Amino acid sequence: MREFNFTNPSTLDEASKILKTSDSSSALLAGGTDLLSLIKHEIIDPENLVNIKNLNGFDKIVYRKGEGLKLGALVRISDIAEHQIIKDKFTVLSDAASVIASPQLRNMGTIGGNLCQRPRCWYYREEFDCIRKGGDICYAYLGKNKYHCIVGGGPCYIVHPSDTAVALTALDAKVTIYSNGDYKSIPIQEFFILPEVNYLKENVLEPGEIVTEIFIPEPKADVKSKYIKFMERNAWDFAVVSVASVMNLSNGKISSGKLAWGGVAPVPWQEEQLNQKMSGLSIDDNSVEEFSKSLFENSEPLEHNEYKLILAKNLTKRIIKEIAAD
Amino acid sequence: MQMIAIEFNLNGILVKAEVNPGVRLIDFLRDEYGLTGTKEGCGIGECGACTIILDGKAVNSCLILACQIDGKEILTIEGLANSGELHRLQENFLKKGAVQCGFCTPGMIISAYSLLLLNPNPAEQEIREAIAGNLCRCTGYKQIISAIEESIVVNIEND
Repeated sequence: MREFNFTNPSTLDEASKILKTSDSSSALLAGGTDLLSLIKHEIIDPENLVNIKNLNGFDKIVYRKGEGLKLGALVRISDIAEHQIIKDKFTVLSDAASVIASPQLRNMGTIGGNLCQRPRCWYYREEFDCIRKGGDICYAYLGKNKYHCIVGGGPCYIVHPSDTAVALTALDAKVTIYSNGDYKSIPIQEFFILPEVNYLKENVLEPGEIVTEIFIPEPKADVKSKYIKFMERNAWDFAVVSVASVMNLSNGKISSGKLAWGGVAPVPWQEEQLNQKMSGLSIDDNSVEEFSKSLFENSEPLEHNEYKLILAKNLTKRIIKEIAAD
Repeated sequence: MQMIAIEFNLNGILVKAEVNPGVRLIDFLRDEYGLTGTKEGCGIGECGACTIILDGKAVNSCLILACQIDGKEILTIEGLANSGELHRLQENFLKKGAVQCGFCTPGMIISAYSLLLLNPNPAEQEIREAIAGNLCRCTGYKQIISAIEESIVVNIEND
């Protein structure tokens, strides 16, 4: 691997200042599972790694009844997958965490890093001077685009690779960011940005800003939730399409619910009118079928990925029926 | 390049070292300590041949920098045998013919060891999930799973 310096800041503020003043020549290191791959493949070339893994207080899972769940940014994916309260009350999140990559990577990767991981697009990861790396064009648009987005694309057509981001979107989570000596908290839907806003990054973070915590509000009583991830093989794979849902049911109907999808867009995808449409939806084959037809009306599949639209519709039908049957 | 001083526990022995920040843990273990049981397959965390135990958890040593292990405990395949006596996982891999070319074997055994640490009595599905990050290109998974099943004892603390 190439040479770089390694700094162990003792406070968050120190880490933030180093990252801010050195801009792109420094990179933040936590679990490192994505960062070291990016360096190895020469996609990024930092002179300095700023290690925040040893900072105290950012690796806690705290649940307060009536308030919600707080996850420090350094909480490991495996700790989320195995946490009993998360399994019981935020099932969609433990479902998503437990199907990420492999046991080894879940033991090292952090929730903060999972949200901030870079895309898996093969043109981005391999030796193409693509638009996301500062080049002129998106090679996927007219190239091999089986795994690319069907909605929200342009001028770059990645999909966001994070599973937890999709679950957290359905859970209406908030992301806390350390920024210029202060903390700010934003809805996760505002954390991720489309390529049309900025095709060089996937989220709003500016140099020196660090994700410190994820907050999930207390769910409604009797809520049910689930995450379904469709992979080409049954282990260690990114989602082709995934769906997260959180819903309340009464008398064979959905009284309120949220849906979010992975693998279909450059951000975890949610459509507000679909969430509204879920309220009052009957759990019978015809109603669910009809509902699934209204998915992604603005989708524009590329040459090789129209199947994703069908897959997303079928997974959506499945998740609604499976949650209702649980 | 400034060197980083680290101190860690390697297979039960406290070790001090100075490392170049760009050195990966896998290279550090193999080149500095001759612990070549830990293999490099893909180098990007997909094959699991480089699996070691870090503070009780299985991790890919190809995606960790040596300077990140300051203050931590590392167990490699070489640390499993006790006074020259193979660990029962190692014995059962031999007994069940779970070794073909052998390249994935140390990583498989370490992943299995990590599973048994947390879950002394795993079901077959749990074994499959525990080795989901380890590829065997000889595809001898059946024998590997059977060797791990054979190694289940209820009382792992005595190991």
